[in-house]
Amino acid sequence: MTQPAPAAPGRPIRVLIAKPGLDGHDRGAKVLTRALRDAGFEVVYTGLFQTPEMIASAALQEDVDVIGLSILSGAHLALFPRIMEALRARGLDDVLVVAGGTIPGEDIPVVRDMGVAAVFGPGTSFAEIVEFLREHAPARDDAA
Amino acid sequence: MGLIDRLDAGDPRALPRLLTLIENRDPAGLSALNVLYPRGGRAHVVGITGPPGSGKSTLVAALIAAIRASGRTVAVLAIDPSSPVTGGAVLGDRIRMMELHADPGVFIRSMASRGRVGGLAPAAAGAVAALDAAGFPIILVETVGTGQDGIDIITLAQTVVVVQVPGLGDGVQAIKAGQLEVGDLLVVNKCDLPGSETLARLLRQSAEDLGTEGWDVPVLPISAATGDGLPDLLGAIDRHRSYLLASGEGDRRSSAAASAAVMTGLRAAIERRIAAGSSEAIARLLDDVAARRMTPDSAVAGLLAALDRAPGSGHPVGDQRGG
Repeated sequence: MTQPAPAAPGRPIRVLIAKPGLDGHDRGAKVLTRALRDAGFEVVYTGLFQTPEMIASAALQEDVDVIGLSILSGAHLALFPRIMEALRARGLDDVLVVAGGTIPGEDIPVVRDMGVAAVFGPGTSFAEIVEFLREHAPARDDAA
Repeated sequence: MGLIDRLDAGDPRALPRLLTLIENRDPAGLSALNVLYPRGGRAHVVGITGPPGSGKSTLVAALIAAIRASGRTVAVLAIDPSSPVTGGAVLGDRIRMMELHADPGVFIRSMASRGRVGGLAPAAAGAVAALDAAGFPIILVETVGTGQDGIDIITLAQTVVVVQVPGLGDGVQAIKAGQLEVGDLLVVNKCDLPGSETLARLLRQSAEDLGTEGWDVPVLPISAATGDGLPDLLGAIDRHRSYLLASGEGDRRSSAAASAAVMTGLRAAIERRIAAGSSEAIARLLDDVAARRMTPDSAVAGLLAALDRAPGSGHPVGDQRGG
């Protein structure tokens, strides 16, 4: 996706947590949302049944540094390309996209090729996720 | 190209980025406000406040639809609390508004309260100024879920909608001082629930003493989930706007808001400087208070005296940054 560079110190990292598609299992997404809150992140939680367009539009307006996609339906190979395309269409190429849920090992390289920076499967520790996001959230140097 | 030029050119990414800079008190954000603030003053800023779980987000989502149906664009600033422990936040107001994503006439931004109490966020006023400058005719500000004295919204909104729901207390709650007194409109949400008629009656009795010459505070039973009563609510919001413009009350509120914005900013600047704690003198005072050698009031007097001793200095005490 982007050059890994730390976010500015003192600025909370903004994360969008989304559940794309039709699976109704949001426990993992909620527990992660809570864990990221406890790590000092500002987490926009968007709820269940999100379309690629909803996710991209929310990411644009909320100006998040990171998008976390939680998916347990098995539809990642169908949905992720559409999400990445919706992000690109809005100029959000620099947003760090990560995924979690049940993504089979053989699909992980495929998903990464789409531009998903990391896949956090079952059993991943929160500390690992937090560290990855801190390290890879894109740097910014906007001028007004 | 700078973000303001991009905003003027219609780049949809410019406004979100400006809001981030403003929220983070980035120098680029503060200088952008120098350009944006004079452009504003046209939007109708409507505050939506009430206790946690009273249905504010659902109400905002329903109001957005009604406003869009009336042909206007709308921006929303939705504030949720930051953790006092870690500084993190879960911003969940947007969940109720996700269906509106495809409409370019709706802009929704979530914001964490970042240590401010009273229902708003430190950068709420700056964000509203930017949304105003971006041309939205109506800006809805959803506060943190607040209790009886969460009334900061009156320093930002021209029209305050206080949302109540049945089941939160007896009749004495309806006559207590505080939040109910600052409502220009009182909404009984979830009006399909038992007890809503009683609540509406109690609020009507309280509302008789509220309002000002020319504005009687209405009590509106609605169901944000079903949409019952929504057209009445938007109608009342628009009527209040007309009243503000016609009566001069709007000008009075604008002056009060300007004063509040300056005082709030001043307090925040002083707090940032104290919190930065780089001045040894300040650190010593705080130590003295913690060790009970000095009262908090005496420490305040000492800090003010230090300010007085440095007339004309932009940074009389403490940290040289972030003033």
